[in-house]
Amino acid sequence: MASHGIKDQIAIIGMGCTNFVEHWNLGLDDLIVNAANECYSSVGIGKDAVDAYWLGTAQGGMSGITLARPLQLQNKPVTRVENYCATGSEALRQAAYAVASGAYDIAMALGVEKTKDSGFQGLNATPPPNDGTGRTLTAAAMFSMVTPAYGKKFGVDPNELREAVARVAWKNHYNGARNSRAQFRKEVSMETIKNSPKMAGDLGLFDCAGVADGAAAAIVCRAQDAHKYTDKPLFIKALSFVAGNGSGLTDPAYDYTTFPEIAACAVDAYEQAGITNPSKQIALAEVHDCFTITELVLMEDLLFSERGTAWRDILDGRFDLHGQLPVNPDGGLKSFGHPVGASGLRMMFEAWLQLRGEAGADRQIRTDRTLALTHNLGGYPGEMVSFISILGSQLG
Amino acid sequence: MRGISSWGAYLPYRRLDKTQIALFVGQGGGKGTRTVASFDEDTTTMAVEAGRIALRRTSVMPTQLMFATVSPTYTDKTNATIVHAALRLDDSALCIDLGSSVRSAMGGLILAVRSSGVNIVASADIRSGLAGSSEEANSGDAAAAFVICDETDAPLAAEFIGATSATEEFIDRWRAPGSQRTKTWDEKFSEVTYAPLAQSAWKKALQDAGIQASDIAMVAVSSPSARISSAVAAKLGVARVLDNLSAVVGINGAAQPGVLLALLLEQSEPDQIVALVSLTDGADVMLFRTTKHLPLVQPDTTVAQQLACGAPISYGRFLSWRTMLAIEPPRRPEPQRVSATASARNENWKYGFVGSRDTTTGAVHLPPLRVSADGQRTDNMKDAPMADVLGTIATFTIDRLAYSPSPPIVFAVVDFDGGGRFPVELCDIDADEISIGARVRMTFRRLSITDDIPNYFWKATLVRTP
Repeated sequence: MASHGIKDQIAIIGMGCTNFVEHWNLGLDDLIVNAANECYSSVGIGKDAVDAYWLGTAQGGMSGITLARPLQLQNKPVTRVENYCATGSEALRQAAYAVASGAYDIAMALGVEKTKDSGFQGLNATPPPNDGTGRTLTAAAMFSMVTPAYGKKFGVDPNELREAVARVAWKNHYNGARNSRAQFRKEVSMETIKNSPKMAGDLGLFDCAGVADGAAAAIVCRAQDAHKYTDKPLFIKALSFVAGNGSGLTDPAYDYTTFPEIAACAVDAYEQAGITNPSKQIALAEVHDCFTITELVLMEDLLFSERGTAWRDILDGRFDLHGQLPVNPDGGLKSFGHPVGASGLRMMFEAWLQLRGEAGADRQIRTDRTLALTHNLGGYPGEMVSFISILGSQLG
Repeated sequence: MRGISSWGAYLPYRRLDKTQIALFVGQGGGKGTRTVASFDEDTTTMAVEAGRIALRRTSVMPTQLMFATVSPTYTDKTNATIVHAALRLDDSALCIDLGSSVRSAMGGLILAVRSSGVNIVASADIRSGLAGSSEEANSGDAAAAFVICDETDAPLAAEFIGATSATEEFIDRWRAPGSQRTKTWDEKFSEVTYAPLAQSAWKKALQDAGIQASDIAMVAVSSPSARISSAVAAKLGVARVLDNLSAVVGINGAAQPGVLLALLLEQSEPDQIVALVSLTDGADVMLFRTTKHLPLVQPDTTVAQQLACGAPISYGRFLSWRTMLAIEPPRRPEPQRVSATASARNENWKYGFVGSRDTTTGAVHLPPLRVSADGQRTDNMKDAPMADVLGTIATFTIDRLAYSPSPPIVFAVVDFDGGGRFPVELCDIDADEISIGARVRMTFRRLSITDDIPNYFWKATLVRTP
């Protein structure tokens, strides 16, 4: 078994990201065009200079034509990928591997989702024809089962745990309020968060990620060519992916206090990148805070906190914008919004801004560390996919 | 000798307090309660539940299934085949629906005792009417099932002595197919018409059996109204008349003869003669003699237990469950139509709740898998029938967002005794009743209905003891 990774072989040389909001006046094609054009401009190349494309969209359309038509690409290879909420990350992963293989010099990954055309609340997927025995629960309900299980296992008082998860929402709204591209740009008080109407279990409205329309894109090339295009490339240190086999749903040993797919993915990512002490070596992390309790558990699965202690680290402000390890400095899914296929690349866009010192005075993190982690999950406790990238501004 | 080997009666969990009706509608209702089938039940699922209770007390495998109802979920297509699939009967069994009149239920029992082989006769009904009608107030929902065979097939709890009928055409009560409203003529007309029919069939039954009314320990009378039942019963000359449950359960239409026969057997002693009289478009009488086996096959879920376990339902919710009152659903997509081909391939799982058990590790997979959990072996599995296995709630949640005809959804992760875990929706439960560690059993339900195709599968429900 080998997961060698492609540390320092590939660089991100340009990115683009639309605002993530309810774009009532923009369709999927508009979002694609806007993100792609911003990305081309940031590199200073035209679309013909890109040799191959990967499109990540969960439900925006099928096949590479969904990208080739709005961009009017001329005889380019375009692959549409889907991997639940890690779809955008998957597009980048495939583009990076394709360039690392030597097949192409330059590739673009673009993630996009138009969520707000359905007329329904939340995110909705249409399953293939089936026997009708599958769960029809919302993601909120599945994740809501984590809170009581976590509190019970680690003996955390329900009120303290409620305070900790509310603090996650408070922090991510604080960060999003300072980000011009975010969906929700208001700080929200702890009281408002804690008193919001319940959606599922103990999860209230403010415990759930925003649902937005948006697109984000990245262009990659070989690391040795990166400085032809930019003085400040981001080097890919690790790309790790784990697709769960659903065993958590059927295995009585699974206790809903951890996401084993993510823990395994983290170990692989840190090995690829040569990271031995993530909480001391990583400058910032963009993680998949689909629900507040999810971010809490991720702090442990990503080895930022000891088991059973993330709630205290959160309350101590360790993951705040100017804490020891800022988590979701751009506002996260919670406040930046979650257009499924775009979110993974949006996280990398924040790493791009922060590690290059371009996040703006309002929200630029202060650190001498050079590594960022982005993490995407898709699915539910017991049955999920996990993606982790580690990006760095320096080689080596 | 032929007779009843085992039986089961099923009463849905919810009870409507009939005083609520007039408060809401301004008319109708009355005293007492009636049973109410849940939004996720139909006559087919209730017949399955009654059949499961009956089959748990016998070792025989029915070769013939008859299912009688006036409120079938399908027409054209057979509903009994769904009951057959959920009960996991042998593929060689004949399965037929009896309908579309109330009398078909009593007729099914008589046909079965006059037939051969092992029969299971199920009947179920969901009855209502327009808001504020006496039909709505006086009816109730229920199901019953009987395993009928020869004494050479299995020990008999009640031997069949004889059956007689009297038939007459008269317009008593009627309903157009598909209509929710049963219409009635003058009840007095019904009473005076039924009384002589009952007498005629009753006399012939006693005569054929060579017995007197005083030889009969107990009689149950099933009829469209409590008043007709008591008027007829009073003239039969039997010392004890079974309470027909009209004040707590209601009149059950096609299910009523079965429910009363089940209660009759529940309340009888061995070696007694008991009689069932059913008045629907005529009169039908059945006589049985109970045996020493009667106490041994008393169901694990009795009518008395189910009467003691019911819980109230508001009238508004009752109306919405019967599609008389449209309520605002959550703003989420409605369920898709189920795939006929996928359902057929997965019949054992979907209808029988059969998982797979790894023959090497013993691990149970729900739904069934071909490859073992460690990924090492393919097709190293055997069937793991889980429908009758109890479980414990490991964790749970309340989903206020997901689509449901009756939100919110109460959902739990269930660990089954002896292995196996399944995250599953709960039914017949109020959101504040659920807790970690609570015991649950599985029950067959209709999850949704799209394009006139019901989506049947299993839910969990709390194990309730009176």
